[in-house]
Amino acid sequence: MLRLFSLLFFCVISFNASAAVSETQDNSALTTLVEQLPTTKLDKMAPLIKAIAATSAPQVQDILKPLMAGDLYYLKANKQVVAAQKNQQQQYQVTDVLTAEALTAVDKSAIKKIRTNNRLRGQIRDLLANLDLTHPDKAVRIEAVKQLLQNPNQTGISSVTNLIKGEQDASVRELMSVILLIDQLESGSTAEKLSAAQQLSGRLESKVKNELVNQLDLLAEQPENAELRTVLTKSIDDIEQQASVYGLVENLFFGLSLGSVLLLAAIGLAITFGVMGVINMAHGEMMMLGAYTTYVIQQMFPNLIEYSLLMAVPAAFLVSGFVGVLIERGVIRFLKGRPLETLLATFGISLILQQLVRSVFSPLNRQVQAPQWMTGSLEINPMLSLTYNRLYIILFALMVFFSLLMILKKSSLGLHVRAVSQNRDMARALSIKSSWVDAITFGLGSGIAGIAGVALSQLTNVGPNLGQAYIIDSFLVVVFGGVGNLWGTLVAAMTMGTFNKFLEPSMGPVLSNIIVLVGLVLFIQKRPKGLFPQKGRSAD
Amino acid sequence: MKHLLNSPMVKKMSSLHFVIAILFISTFYVTLCNLVFPEGSLLHVSDYTVSLLGKYLCYALLALAVDLVWGYCGILSLGHGAFFALGGYAMGMYLMRQIGDRGVYGNPELPDFMVFLNWTELPWYWAGSDNAFVMILLVFAGPGLLAYIFGSLAFRSRVSGVYLSIMTQAMTYALLLSFFRNEMGFGGNNGLTDFKEIFGFSLQSPNTKLALFIATAVALAIGYAISHFIVNSKMGRVVTAIRDAENRVRFVGYKPQHYKVWIFVVSAMLAGVAGALYVPQVGIINPGEFSPLNSIEIVIWVAIGGRGTLYGALVGAVVVSYAKTRFTAIMPEAWLFGLGGLFVLVTLLLPKGLAGLVSNLMDKVDPPSKAKQSEDPALQATTAENK
Repeated sequence: MLRLFSLLFFCVISFNASAAVSETQDNSALTTLVEQLPTTKLDKMAPLIKAIAATSAPQVQDILKPLMAGDLYYLKANKQVVAAQKNQQQQYQVTDVLTAEALTAVDKSAIKKIRTNNRLRGQIRDLLANLDLTHPDKAVRIEAVKQLLQNPNQTGISSVTNLIKGEQDASVRELMSVILLIDQLESGSTAEKLSAAQQLSGRLESKVKNELVNQLDLLAEQPENAELRTVLTKSIDDIEQQASVYGLVENLFFGLSLGSVLLLAAIGLAITFGVMGVINMAHGEMMMLGAYTTYVIQQMFPNLIEYSLLMAVPAAFLVSGFVGVLIERGVIRFLKGRPLETLLATFGISLILQQLVRSVFSPLNRQVQAPQWMTGSLEINPMLSLTYNRLYIILFALMVFFSLLMILKKSSLGLHVRAVSQNRDMARALSIKSSWVDAITFGLGSGIAGIAGVALSQLTNVGPNLGQAYIIDSFLVVVFGGVGNLWGTLVAAMTMGTFNKFLEPSMGPVLSNIIVLVGLVLFIQKRPKGLFPQKGRSAD
Repeated sequence: MKHLLNSPMVKKMSSLHFVIAILFISTFYVTLCNLVFPEGSLLHVSDYTVSLLGKYLCYALLALAVDLVWGYCGILSLGHGAFFALGGYAMGMYLMRQIGDRGVYGNPELPDFMVFLNWTELPWYWAGSDNAFVMILLVFAGPGLLAYIFGSLAFRSRVSGVYLSIMTQAMTYALLLSFFRNEMGFGGNNGLTDFKEIFGFSLQSPNTKLALFIATAVALAIGYAISHFIVNSKMGRVVTAIRDAENRVRFVGYKPQHYKVWIFVVSAMLAGVAGALYVPQVGIINPGEFSPLNSIEIVIWVAIGGRGTLYGALVGAVVVSYAKTRFTAIMPEAWLFGLGGLFVLVTLLLPKGLAGLVSNLMDKVDPPSKAKQSEDPALQATTAENK
């Protein structure tokens, strides 16, 4: 028993020892190689760099990356290889590349750069990419494989061939197999090409399709290989079929995001126009004010760009809502029951607001920055990626919509608003302050327009004409959906947005816009009260 | 003033005679001063002023057209600029063809922009555009047809009030977008310009400009007479009745949609003529004329002048346009403030416009018991609001 233990013990020790020995060997090998760096001539560098990469020691990255960036130096005094960064005192902060130990800062005269040229840098880039193939982090590996898929090189392909068996992660393995299959398709025998073409069918990476089409083009010159040709054609067809499905999904996404923008623009109008019956031509300018509020907030807190939109939403609501209340108290309440006059007066107000913004902020467009979390996109597969800003705007529009619905349906304010809009005199008889409700409702509608402006500031230019571009569309959305019906507004906005985006690829943006406009005009002829008319018995 | 207003001669004159007399006198005066007095003389009216006045008269005709549908029929059209622009494009096409081979590319058949776009032949709708009669036909037919199609669709399905206004706005917006397209064959963004001559007379010559001014004045006078005749005819009474209570008119047995379409088409044609006269005087027509803002500006002329009174529309158009010319020259920044403020103040304080102000003053001059039945029955009815 004791012997068994001692044997085990010995085994463990010896295993550890051998591991330790191999690491030290690696290290010593790397050290000797690195020590050669300062003295090697440029034309002898290539094999040296390759040898360094081949040691696959953990420090390899720390050496090759600065070397590629031109930040690798050696100390003139003792030929110690270091990575150097210039610090604020015009001195160089140096770090030993082997031990990652920070040394004292030195002057420029104490160090000398290890030189490279373009060819070497290309080689290092390939080597580094292949190093990433074995990186412990899965995301880095996927990125490296994708990089290799886009720019295949021989060393990469051979290392993938070696690595694919040991790869633990299925998705990485799949991508690696695609690389190998493409390689097979390019340079394999006819039988290999055949099987590769079959297996590549339905892959969504753009490189795959290009390669298949390339091969098909090459075949066009040789009449034999009919079988391979049919297989290639079939694979390409498969890919194209998938592509058209994803194209459809992408169009739908674009359509919904355009619909959300329309929804945001129209929803405030659905309140002022739909519930109160007030034609507010200055609605677009309320959005413009919201967008400018975002701009001002970003100017006030330049260090908090990440949170600027979160701050701008309530601020824009307050600013636009306040202006809305002012307009209601100052002008609109005197024009009750005269919708056409209201239209003219609010149009005048919109002109004044535009000119005001032009005088204060200049007529030029202002740049509103997008926070980090709004940029980039969610990649679902190589053919379909959804940009975050559109995704957030869809979510945001729905959020605003449902909170507004809640306010109107569940809160006492909403109750009052609906009561006044249905029967003003009766509501007053029940001690509802109708004029106060009017002001608040108008403020609410305008405030929501302000919020829409915050969202628009992320999509379009923020300028004095921002609102004008949306006012006709938003009126059409409200009329299309049926006045006084929030759900109708939602459906109408999404329908209009999707229609527009589905027509766009074949018609171009302008013509599709025109067709949607004409279609709407015809639709309103057919159903003058919109998709979901309010039930009622009034004759007019 | 009081004496003048009470004098029997003024009282006997209807607004028609009055307006035509004023138009005749001012045209005669301008012509005289332009031709007879030498430049530099105190009384001389410069060529620039002549074409400026010609422009104002075009605007006045346009405002008249809007007043006819809005003031008398209660149709607030936010798209009348489209009819104006269509008339203008019809004239523009003719003028384009008159350039002949004097264009930059020297192509005798094709206008410059088509050569630039590598078109080899005229699109079918340009056929006959070099013929003056076809052009005149188009000036009436283009806007008239659009108004007929749009109107008969809209009025048959009883689209009215603000819905109609928004739809007219969408119509002009759609046309704006279409005419911006090069493929439409109307010069795209740049529109039609660089005209040389009209009916064989050079557009640069002061005499042609004067002639155009006189022609515009004559057209305005004729347009005014037609409108006056219409609103005072039996048909006009029905139209006014539709404005005040459409359903009652329907219940009595009339078909309001027919009257509405009819007056809409007449109005569109008037606007088209205004556009056709406008283009040779300013020398360019581009899609900007379709912009919804332009159409709304026309409405404000009428509102300021006083809708429901034909002469009010003329006064509003000339006064506001003059103010715009002056203000944009002195302080361009302030013009939009001024225009916007005018909108708000007029709708709040002067719902009947300047004409209403004048008739109020007249009532004060005359004892109310003697207050004459105003020549325009519409004046009394303007308070009854059509939804």
